[in-house]
Amino acid sequence: MCVGRRAPSRLAAAAAPIVSVLGALAAGAIVLAASGVNPLAAYGALVSEPFGSAFGWSETLVKAAPLVLTGLAVLLPARMRLWNIGAEGQLQCGAIAAAGVAVFTAAGRSPLAVPSILAAGMAAGAVWCLVPAVLRAVLAVNETITTLLMNYVALLLVDFLIYGPWQDPQGRGFPLSPVLPAPSRLPVLVPGTRIHLGVALALLAVPAVAAILTRTRWGFEIRVIGDNPDAARYAGMDLRRNIILVMAAAGALAGLAGAGEVSAVSGRLQQGLSPGYGYTGIIVAWLARLHPAATVLVAVLLGGLFLGGDALQISLHLPIAIVYMLQGLIFFFVLGGEQLARYGVCFRKRPAAAAEHRA
Amino acid sequence: MRRWTGHVGVWLRVALVAALVIGVPGVAPGAGKLKVAFVYVGPVGDAGWTYEHDQGRKYLEAHDPNVTTTAVESVAEGADSERVFTDLARKGYGLIIGTSFGYMDPMLKVAGEFPNVDFVHISGFKRAKNMMTAFGKIEQARYLTGIVAGRTTRTNVIGYVAAHPIPEVVRGIDAFTLGVRSVNPRATVHVVWSNTWYDPAQEKEAADSLLSIGADVLTQHQDSPATVQAAAAAGKFAIGYNSDMSRFGPKAFLTAPVWHWGPMYLYIAKQVEAGTFRGDDLWWGMDRGTVDIAPLGPGVPPATRALVTAKRQAMLAGHLDEFAGPIKDQAGAVRVPAGGTLDHAAQLSLDWFVQGVVGRIPSK
Repeated sequence: MCVGRRAPSRLAAAAAPIVSVLGALAAGAIVLAASGVNPLAAYGALVSEPFGSAFGWSETLVKAAPLVLTGLAVLLPARMRLWNIGAEGQLQCGAIAAAGVAVFTAAGRSPLAVPSILAAGMAAGAVWCLVPAVLRAVLAVNETITTLLMNYVALLLVDFLIYGPWQDPQGRGFPLSPVLPAPSRLPVLVPGTRIHLGVALALLAVPAVAAILTRTRWGFEIRVIGDNPDAARYAGMDLRRNIILVMAAAGALAGLAGAGEVSAVSGRLQQGLSPGYGYTGIIVAWLARLHPAATVLVAVLLGGLFLGGDALQISLHLPIAIVYMLQGLIFFFVLGGEQLARYGVCFRKRPAAAAEHRA
Repeated sequence: MRRWTGHVGVWLRVALVAALVIGVPGVAPGAGKLKVAFVYVGPVGDAGWTYEHDQGRKYLEAHDPNVTTTAVESVAEGADSERVFTDLARKGYGLIIGTSFGYMDPMLKVAGEFPNVDFVHISGFKRAKNMMTAFGKIEQARYLTGIVAGRTTRTNVIGYVAAHPIPEVVRGIDAFTLGVRSVNPRATVHVVWSNTWYDPAQEKEAADSLLSIGADVLTQHQDSPATVQAAAAAGKFAIGYNSDMSRFGPKAFLTAPVWHWGPMYLYIAKQVEAGTFRGDDLWWGMDRGTVDIAPLGPGVPPATRALVTAKRQAMLAGHLDEFAGPIKDQAGAVRVPAGGTLDHAAQLSLDWFVQGVVGRIPSK
């Protein structure tokens, strides 16, 4: 059983992720050696692919941008103890709305196309998240389940549109929407790379969320409700209103990620728009220990880890299963290390001495 | 806090300098050989679409000493494909092959940025000077497997677990049904859409629903052997797809339309080596070995074997066209008159079912 540590030292808190990663790398080395690859060469490739060239850095940032936003979309409600497992669906809805405005309205070809599609994406993500939010606020329906289930609905909605009414007439029956018109494509900020406006917006969203949490009355309410809902209610805070507002804000963040992906990366609504950014966002938020600023670091590292997977396949001819195993080991060890940094393990049945320290 | 961020700044600068140093491209190992990269939408696995492309890669490596190959699995079409294509081109790959239709636009874009790299897009329709499209006439094999199904069924109800409603899948259903009706005009082919390429649970459910309406022969378009397994479990017959799926239901397995990409990949690599690669459209059939049927299972009686063998020979000799008229659609209207055939362009955008198919194409 787990027993709360009296006071996780700062040293332990800082060392835990490092020790965890080293543990994962050691375990991974066994897997790599067993598949006939020099572990050092593999780890070299894992690092040099995302961080060893300007191209690698730029692509890591492109990959990290949606992860920052979905990470924030999980983090913000989590500060209020609301579990948003639906960032994936909110992202897809953001992509749908952005593509819809871009392709089928005059705004998509106007000089205001970019703000229009971004606003549409954020609004759609917020609306998608409002369904579980209202159910939770009014009927106390568990939002973990409803946000998760809304993901499948969103993906089916994408399928419906690209196989049906939004299918590209020039697409010969393939499930793709028409290409977004040029004015609706997010501008590239660094010539010669794919670093787009959405990357900058993701980075700007981080201080914005941090400021809301630490500098505003709303953020104060979020934190108080998260720490002690009864105390918050007693203090006159409106829980329902806050649930709805926080979930809508989270949906808007994920929707912004979707708008960015469809406009800057894929260029049209299609399948494979997001390889699970919404779900990875949960890992981002957790590894960032729910601190907004840390999401950037975690998202860049995770983005780099995915890019490193390319190199392991291309240069070292490792199958994707080994790549997934390595990535899984790193997640497993880091999340496990987090737990061990906060809790000790006690093998006695009823630890009388430790019980009083239980968190 | 400020001190900490100061450190980060220093490390970032160190990292950037290191990045510039490491980033200088070195001499590629195996210099002089053509480096060929394959980009797959799914994992290779042990049967199915991607597995057969990887068999093609191995065939290429075994038959052409002047190439080295690599493969990248499970590359998401919208999110990751452009990066992977760019990365491969930057790493000195001279021939890059993408095997999913969703790679079309990203590949076209990267092909424009790397005019000295040649690209092959499987199943698409956009081309450039250094980007060709390629596919195979799997409908020939579908037609032959339809003959097997038409001769095997006792209930005259044949089930088709269809993947996504795109022309390629519709083409397969039509060719299969034409094969069925060529030997058994009373049989009908019932279509259920799984809307998946690989989802064994969903595909098994679709297969079960067809069995429940009395189908005694099933066929499929997905990568998983779920349909074969469902038919085997019910004691019925099945026709697989992509690979020889006999080991998933040895008694139930009749045959399958199968892909052999090796010869085509070898041909394309030789074109690149000779400097004669162009933005062509390859559409190879059974005569060039790209498509065929898997060896017939024990459930196929000798008379049917002889018939299928004869029809296959006729097809190889060019005497049998799977889309030869007259072809009627579901409403009974003649779409292809006697003496005519469904031409290439019409096949590429096929969006109607032939007579004998029960079911409809969603969103039409």
